[in-house]
Amino acid sequence: MDKFRMIFQFFQSNQESFMNGICGIMALASTQMYSAFDFNCPCLPQYNMAYGLGILLVPPFILFLLGFVLNNNISMLAEEWRRPQGQRGKDPAVLRYMFCSMAQRAMIAPAVWVSVTLLDGKCITCAFCTSVPVETFGNASHPHLSQGEIQRILARIPCKEIYNGQELIANEVAVRYLRCISQALGWCFVLLMTTLAFLVRSLRPCFSQVAFLKSRYWSHYIDVERKLFDETCAEHARSFAKVCIQQFFEGMSMDLAAGRCHLPRKASADMGEASKKLLGITDQGTMNTALKSWHRCKPPLHLHPLALPSGNGWAGEGQPPMHPSAPRRETAAYHSLV
Amino acid sequence: MDRFRMIFQYFQSNSESVMNGICGLLALASVKMYTCFDFSCPCLPQYNMAYGLGIMFVPPIILFLCGLILNRQSLVMLDEWRRPQGHRKKDLAVIRYMCSSIMQRAMVAPVVWIIVTLLDGKCLICAFSGSMDPEKFVGFANVTPVQLEQLLAKVPCKDDDLMRNNTSRKAVSRYLRCWSQALGWSILLILIVAAFLARWLRPCFNQATLLQARHWSNYIDIEQKIFEETCCEHSRLFAHKCILHFFESMRQEIKLHSFNLPREEEKDEGEEDLLRGITDQEQVNKLLKTWYYEKPPLDVS
Repeated sequence: MDKFRMIFQFFQSNQESFMNGICGIMALASTQMYSAFDFNCPCLPQYNMAYGLGILLVPPFILFLLGFVLNNNISMLAEEWRRPQGQRGKDPAVLRYMFCSMAQRAMIAPAVWVSVTLLDGKCITCAFCTSVPVETFGNASHPHLSQGEIQRILARIPCKEIYNGQELIANEVAVRYLRCISQALGWCFVLLMTTLAFLVRSLRPCFSQVAFLKSRYWSHYIDVERKLFDETCAEHARSFAKVCIQQFFEGMSMDLAAGRCHLPRKASADMGEASKKLLGITDQGTMNTALKSWHRCKPPLHLHPLALPSGNGWAGEGQPPMHPSAPRRETAAYHSLV
Repeated sequence: MDRFRMIFQYFQSNSESVMNGICGLLALASVKMYTCFDFSCPCLPQYNMAYGLGIMFVPPIILFLCGLILNRQSLVMLDEWRRPQGHRKKDLAVIRYMCSSIMQRAMVAPVVWIIVTLLDGKCLICAFSGSMDPEKFVGFANVTPVQLEQLLAKVPCKDDDLMRNNTSRKAVSRYLRCWSQALGWSILLILIVAAFLARWLRPCFNQATLLQARHWSNYIDIEQKIFEETCCEHSRLFAHKCILHFFESMRQEIKLHSFNLPREEEKDEGEEDLLRGITDQEQVNKLLKTWYYEKPPLDVS
């Protein structure tokens, strides 16, 4: 359990490697999606191109958007972009840096999909089977076939079971040709992407190293500041809630004590730690009243300065018993919101 | 738990072993890529050579570039090469050492691909079947040159109608595969011998310079890492201070607008830290609104 937590903390603290982890997972997910996807070429002249190119280009677009959605920093970027200037200037270089690093990571899964699709060959075979040069590879002098007929026959190339144009052009020849083109395109695409990545990475130190260092520092700063602010607010909310609830119970027990004509101050002075924690509520009826009151009329979000606890126990310890009870009781009666 | 953390830290700190790890992973990935890749020779006279040689040489270029991209030290080296001199002299021997170690590691995966390709044989059969001398093989004696070209181009495709049971096809295939494997093993042998000699003979030449270059390249790498960590730490402290100042200024503002001045002395120190003077729904809302609309200036002096 500890090991997992440590790994988790390592990734969380080291933001970059966490983002890289998500990136790698999405790339793997995209290859898995492709192998799980059941590709079914329609084998009809008007639909082949649309289907083939659709499968080639639409999922990468979806994966690209998903890459942005899964990135935690997108909301940070949006916030920094839209905030009013106030007392702190906005640096467009920082925004550009954040956007570029997010876009680069989001591009990996779509690029993997396109490469895998092209190297596999089914999409290009489906999309361009009607454009196979019959004169070069087949028997173009085959008589009695109109252009439309030829197109229909060629469109069935990806579907071996229903292919009926063996005299026109052999199925294997056409498939091999199209697949060869597709794989060549695939490798060229991968080479192009890798070269671009290499150039982007290696030209940066030659040109804008200082701007890069500044942007990186300030984008990290914005991220850390946002997290620390959230933590501070959470801490504050916790203390606020604690004090609010303590004041509520105090108010309740004051009310009940006033109703029963005995002062809880004396009781708490005599009893030990455990009974102090009972907050003056010591029987079923009282507890039920307290719970009902909590549900029906929660106390206002307003902490009384005098009633702030000293950190480990009741408010009011060390203070004169009678003096705070009267205003407290009034507050409980008049400030409560129904 | 400690042991695990120690292992993590060891790998993180010792960047050489991280780089060796990446190098090994890329070599494994290259083998896996080759086995997953569905090699299908076009079996057409004009395309065979381009396809065969393309598959043999384009992926190694890609793997080489990947090896350079994934290696952190290449950035460090570029930084060191392009930085202005400033107060610190540049030592070209260090840069050369880093460059050569990066190149050596990046070359492993491409070489693995080429050797695996040659030992498998499909690429060479596809590329050079059209260049075979028909005199050597019985089945191709009495055909016209055009037909010969077509037939030879179809040799790599076992399932083709014309070639299915053709013994000459098998002969050409075996011949080319034999050459391919011989080439593959020879290249492997030469490379291993070269690596062995380089490692064995290196201490005989300039050992002192080498030790210095290695030390300073390691130093530059560690210095860069520590600088990044220090910047992270600094930005964290900066943010902490900035937020505390912000809460403090909010508290001052609230004090100015409310009339609780006599109560200040009675407030407990412990509570100050937690609630920071913000004890009301409206105050909290105002704080959050101010945080969005007017972030504090980046100045904690």
